[in-house]
Amino acid sequence: MHKEAAIREPLILGHKTYHDITQDVCKPIEDKAPRMWYILFAIALIIGLYGVGSIMYLLGTGIGTWGLNKTIGWAWDITNFVWWVGIGHAGTLISAVLLLFRQKWRMAINRSAEAMTIFAVFMAGLFPLIHMGRLWLAYWVLPLPNQFGSLWVNFNSPLLWDVFAISTYLSVSVVFWYIGLIPDFATLRDRVKRPIPKRMYSILSFGWSGRAKQWNRFELVSLVLAGVATPLVFSVHSIVSFDFATSVIPGWHTTIFPPYFVAGAVFSGFAMVQTLMLVMRKAMRLEAYIHTRHVEYMNIVIMVTGSIVGTAYITELFISWYSGVEYEAYAFINRATGPYWWAYWAMMTCNVISPQLMWIRPLRRSMIFTFIISIVVNIGMWFERYVIIVTSIHRDYLPSSWSMHYPSHIDLGVYVGTIGLFFVFFLLFARFFPVLPIAELKTILKSSGESYKNAPDTHHGHDDHSETENNNNH
Amino acid sequence: MADKIIYAMYDDDDVLKDGAKKLVAKGIKVAEVFSPFPIHGIDPIIGVKNTRLGIMAFIYGLTGLMLATLGMRFFMITDWPMNIGGKPNESYLDNMLAFVPVTFEFTVLCAAHGMALTYFLRNKTLPGLPASNPDPRTTDDKFVMELRLSQNSQFTETELHDLLKSTGIVELDQRDVK
Repeated sequence: MHKEAAIREPLILGHKTYHDITQDVCKPIEDKAPRMWYILFAIALIIGLYGVGSIMYLLGTGIGTWGLNKTIGWAWDITNFVWWVGIGHAGTLISAVLLLFRQKWRMAINRSAEAMTIFAVFMAGLFPLIHMGRLWLAYWVLPLPNQFGSLWVNFNSPLLWDVFAISTYLSVSVVFWYIGLIPDFATLRDRVKRPIPKRMYSILSFGWSGRAKQWNRFELVSLVLAGVATPLVFSVHSIVSFDFATSVIPGWHTTIFPPYFVAGAVFSGFAMVQTLMLVMRKAMRLEAYIHTRHVEYMNIVIMVTGSIVGTAYITELFISWYSGVEYEAYAFINRATGPYWWAYWAMMTCNVISPQLMWIRPLRRSMIFTFIISIVVNIGMWFERYVIIVTSIHRDYLPSSWSMHYPSHIDLGVYVGTIGLFFVFFLLFARFFPVLPIAELKTILKSSGESYKNAPDTHHGHDDHSETENNNNH
Repeated sequence: MADKIIYAMYDDDDVLKDGAKKLVAKGIKVAEVFSPFPIHGIDPIIGVKNTRLGIMAFIYGLTGLMLATLGMRFFMITDWPMNIGGKPNESYLDNMLAFVPVTFEFTVLCAAHGMALTYFLRNKTLPGLPASNPDPRTTDDKFVMELRLSQNSQFTETELHDLLKSTGIVELDQRDVK
């Protein structure tokens, strides 16, 4: 078995056994929900329903109810879309990329990060759908034979690429997540006593039995799905960035967009994971599985991707001057000093300065600090999209077309509503689904559990055997 | 055909693995192992062959690649060539770069879903199917090894029991099947 360096902190704290892991993860699901859960759920549901109401009103009335105008034809809808897709990048990155790199610390967070991803992509998917205005015609984005003669969708358009990218990403993420969930549903099925939950988990677990051959397939399928999901993660946000980069709007027409957007997506996604995880570990008493080491690693990812984003901002700024294109230069001067200067500087402060604080070890290991920064980062990333989208188009080529964007209450209702719905889904997930991958955690117990990690190996003669034993004799 | 199944329960994956090694060395056929998580290295010991799902994923991916290429060639070149600023659109290759993203996405879509479906079917795991693990604890912290009497006819029942007991089992169970 692969051994971890003795000086590394164990990934599973405390003297856990296999049964303890099952117990710790299943207990919050089997127990009655705490009062706090109901309170949070009610709040999220009210906000979510307000959002649903706003969407209904929007669909009934038309997208004229948004604060858009002739110059600014894209604003909060696409901002929110990109923001949510970005957040939805962490889960699959954690479970796929970190699986390929054999990073065991992913195991405490991958399940809920993937759930978070799926719910975030749901929310993202809403915006392109509702911005069509006529939701019932959404199937027109598919290449279907139709009554308009041989008119097909335009496969040259990044907007259509987006349709394929987002739907592939969402469905593959769901499958990846669910395949991992099946063995854990089986654990729950075999534990719960009450008939209705037993029946539910029995259906959800698809009759999983844990046979050697099933596990053999499970491991390969996880690996191959991780292999195909990894380029998928990078492609999705690259394609989202093509929506802008392939246009000729100064401020959008930028070749660095794909890597810049992907880094930004990972940055905001990890921040959202931190926000949720820090609350969840306390509320569900999972401190032994998600602790300082995990938080620190995630903060390092935030720091690295935040630095890439910061570099991209400065590169953009430099190139806008260096290119000699006055429209490009103006777009950036206008961002920093024009009427939207506050949005630009909010973005700069939240996304460039705050992740740099993570160089300081005590800060990146502090839960409170991490929690605050994780929220700051997501505010900053929302402003990033707003800045890119609105400030680039609000001053058109003709000064007579110059305009400002003022969101309507429907804009606000839809946006806040998606946050509510997101939490509704996440709270339901935390209530009924195993939030940690039980089976996978058990596989790392012996290599990185506190009680096993540096204990002498009794089963196999390893090289470190005698050394560890000598240490114990001192 | 009447047969007897012996279920030997272990409480540690490494003990089971060592036990399986010992039993197989004596010529016993281990029919199945049930475990709450994958036991690394058990497959070659009990003679479970590596899955070929990876090959299937590749084939599904190729199918997706082909479908996407053929589809877009038909939509965008044969059936309704779009004139976008007079850019060449006579052949697929003229426009190929614009088709890369969708080709990639569709390849991944087919590979992932094709493999997942095959995985469910081969595993016999579909919604509503009954579970077949012999003990509910095998999804928690117990590991069960299954021996079939018919596959180990050179040993008697008691010999098998004794051999199993020497490998550090915690429980032994025997069931008749028809």
